[in-house]
Amino acid sequence: MAASLRCFLRSGKNTVSALQRREFHRSAPAAVQMTVRDALNQAMDEELERDERVFLLGEEVAQYDGAYKVSRGLWKKYGDKRIIDTPISEMGFTGIAVGAAMAGLRPICEFMTFNFSMQAIDQIINSAAKTYYMSAGLQSVPIVFRGPNGASAGVAAQHSQCFAAWYGHCPGLKVVSPWNSEDAKGLLKSAIRDENPVVVLENELLYGVPFEMSEEAQSKDFTIPIGKAKIERQGNSVTLVAHSRYVGHCLDAAAVLAKEGIECEVINLRTIRPMDVESIETSVMKTNHLVTVEGGWPQFGVGAEICARIMEGPAFNYLDSPVTRVTGVDIPMPYAKILEDHSLPQVKDIIFSVKKTLNI
Amino acid sequence: MLAIISNVFRASAQRNGAAVIMSARTYADFTTQATFEIKKCDLFKLDEGPATQVVLTRDEGLQYYRIMQTMRRMELKADQLYKQKIIRGFCHLYDGQEACAVGIEASINLSDHLITAYRAHGYTYTRGGTVKEIMAELTGRRGGIAKGKGGSMHMYCKHFYGGNGIVGAQVPLGAGVALACKFQGNNQLCVCLYGDGAANQGQIFETYNMAALWKLPVIFICENNRYGMGTSVERAAASTDYFKRGEFIPGLRVDGMDVLCVREATKFAADHCRSGKGPILMELQTYRYHGHSMSDPGVSYRTREEIQEVRSKSDPISLLKDRMLSNNMASVEELKEIDVEVRKEIEDAAQFATTDPEPPLEDLCNHIFCDMPSLEVRGTNPWAKLKSVS
Repeated sequence: MAASLRCFLRSGKNTVSALQRREFHRSAPAAVQMTVRDALNQAMDEELERDERVFLLGEEVAQYDGAYKVSRGLWKKYGDKRIIDTPISEMGFTGIAVGAAMAGLRPICEFMTFNFSMQAIDQIINSAAKTYYMSAGLQSVPIVFRGPNGASAGVAAQHSQCFAAWYGHCPGLKVVSPWNSEDAKGLLKSAIRDENPVVVLENELLYGVPFEMSEEAQSKDFTIPIGKAKIERQGNSVTLVAHSRYVGHCLDAAAVLAKEGIECEVINLRTIRPMDVESIETSVMKTNHLVTVEGGWPQFGVGAEICARIMEGPAFNYLDSPVTRVTGVDIPMPYAKILEDHSLPQVKDIIFSVKKTLNI
Repeated sequence: MLAIISNVFRASAQRNGAAVIMSARTYADFTTQATFEIKKCDLFKLDEGPATQVVLTRDEGLQYYRIMQTMRRMELKADQLYKQKIIRGFCHLYDGQEACAVGIEASINLSDHLITAYRAHGYTYTRGGTVKEIMAELTGRRGGIAKGKGGSMHMYCKHFYGGNGIVGAQVPLGAGVALACKFQGNNQLCVCLYGDGAANQGQIFETYNMAALWKLPVIFICENNRYGMGTSVERAAASTDYFKRGEFIPGLRVDGMDVLCVREATKFAADHCRSGKGPILMELQTYRYHGHSMSDPGVSYRTREEIQEVRSKSDPISLLKDRMLSNNMASVEELKEIDVEVRKEIEDAAQFATTDPEPPLEDLCNHIFCDMPSLEVRGTNPWAKLKSVS
């Protein structure tokens, strides 16, 4: 029906009105630009509407519209029962959220930043992550812990830590780290629908960045499976693996390197735990070189885990050089801009590391 | 000689039906109910408290007696098995505190919710677990209530959220369960227990604040058994009036050795919650005969005389028994018969718990995630690829 209508309109009689209606435009399906913030907002809005057991709690999530405005408009739409402002009591409200999940609700527990989740980490690990196992399947905990993770801009040491390695360490937890808007929406929706505790590590610097959202991604039922990485860019020379913000850095580095004939395959991890090592292995078996990129500290980090897994698997024999890790500098985050800039991987660091790995 | 005769009689009674030999007295001889005067509760931010004149029926009395005796014997059996190294790790016993668990359950419904810390075997029983599956969990067998994966501190059943190992962590969890009750509008409440040691945990005060702010239907209960591990309350708390520590939450201090006091106070507290007034706090003054856990003899920080005094003057089971006997609500023989039945139940359960096989190795990695199709789990070495199913 729509197809024949499209044909009729294209035939010239109503060309102007056809052009105004994007869905009848003859080229690409209607993608829109959407910021990560709006994508997260949309994800929560859709899930709150879909399942009455879902609710959001955290500091400033309701009347303030969210410290970073991620929950803008939700309190107005859903009210006090579904969007709950908490006092500054991370350990307390996280425990309350976990208890509510045990008793049948589906809470989204927001940390203003994941740095504050350290106060509540016992509830996340001991009360949420381990319970399904300890109870031999009697007690599930369908909860989402979300918030900005990692470095921001000028917020110094106590507000800049990346927790991917900390949470990625623990069995019983799922940990996702979205990069673009599609990732953010799809992974958050999957997390909310998941029966298990899921940690969603967002990135504050990405909140305001617009990305293209495909038509598929605009659907109310769009989800991205947890545990599957995505190849953002195909290439043959070297594999770059990153999560969150550094996927963007890798793509930028890849664009520069392409001019020199080095074609990078860029993998967006999307999920930290359970990690999609297979996708990395398949890529490495093609490119023979691997560079991991992350914002977190090197010791016991995401890159360290990838190195270990590659060594233990079939891809090791395909490596032409050792794996290179590009990471944050092993220091507490300094404040001064010049120092902060040099504490985190820059595009030039990635380019440099790729060339070293390729022995160029 | 008399023993032989009574054994013969008992044997024939079991063949013919207990009523024949049991007594020349029939049930019509017993008082069906009696009124008792119980200790008045200390009140905090409350104008009136629980009733001090309470009615106990014969049936209720027998039921409470049986349950308390079962809990007592179960814990003592666990002590025995621990000393034989058949139970290992942590084992925190509840004997002495039976009136708390039984009194609380008497005034709530199974559709209500309850969460406690690690001294949890008694509550697992009152909440619906069987002695068999509790003991088999202690011995780490596949017939355990958590299939042997949880152990002493991690037993769960419907509307019972454990069994929690981290001191104080269960308190916010309990308030969360209450939040779910309020959210769902089901008129259920959550009983949330912690000890005198845990009462100084910061997260409890965070929870008091939110529970009061949001008027959550939670009954906070501090089981004050005078010692947080080896530290007496005087050495741990600037204020030992635990029932007042909720500051803006009304509180009651209750004689935790008297099952009727506990029952009455819980009834009062439950009414408070269900009427939408928000949380309430109860301090149950109770006592544990054993040390903090099986690794603690329990006599380095308190005297044997103290333990003995509580046993002789305030034992919850004796208190109930004396009440029933002196009011002609039961006979000595009847109670003895309950003891015998309980002993047998415990013996059978212990037998099961010691002979049931340990969980199969295939179960090692199961139950990591809920609703996940088969997942691969790394074993101790890279070639050990284990399987997990939910």
